[in-house]
Amino acid sequence: MDVDLIFKIAGIGMVAAILHMVLEKSGKQEYAYLTTLVGVIIVLGVVINLVSQLFSDIKVLFRLY
Amino acid sequence: MEIMQIVGLGIIATILIVILKESRPEFAVLLSIVTGVIIFLLIVPQLVYVVDTISSLSSRANVDISYFNTIVKIIGMAYLVEFASQISRDAGQDSIAMKIELGGKVLIMVLAIPILLALMDLIIKILP
Repeated sequence: MDVDLIFKIAGIGMVAAILHMVLEKSGKQEYAYLTTLVGVIIVLGVVINLVSQLFSDIKVLFRLY
Repeated sequence: MEIMQIVGLGIIATILIVILKESRPEFAVLLSIVTGVIIFLLIVPQLVYVVDTISSLSSRANVDISYFNTIVKIIGMAYLVEFASQISRDAGQDSIAMKIELGGKVLIMVLAIPILLALMDLIIKILP
């Protein structure tokens, strides 16, 4: 499994946090919130793919179908 | 060795989550979900091996295969419920965790009822 996915997501999280702070300091609260939202959506897409793969593996493994 | 990988992964992910927690808590929750899923996907091959050996043992001891399937199903559902309720508990939503566990218990109970009925029939047959 791609272990570097954890570092990618942590990186996106830190970049989003820094962007949020920078935009907030420069007075653009709405853009700050939007960048954080975009970051969360990207990471959510990755997480949903991973969770769906987990569910299919569990379905086959534990004969849950 | 998988165990080194799992332990290292868990520690690194915990540190990253602590970093992300105070500035962006939503990424911390997402990171904990991803770590849990990756660690489970690491152990799936071993788990397949265990389940296959147990099923071959039970079929050799001509135990009814449907009972074994129900047991494996219940174990899988229990793991899934535990996985989801721990995640929502980490995120601080204890009420959602309780609801997930309640749903899991009810569904496991529904799965266990056929076995209970079979047991009752057996007992009634044995009694004089």
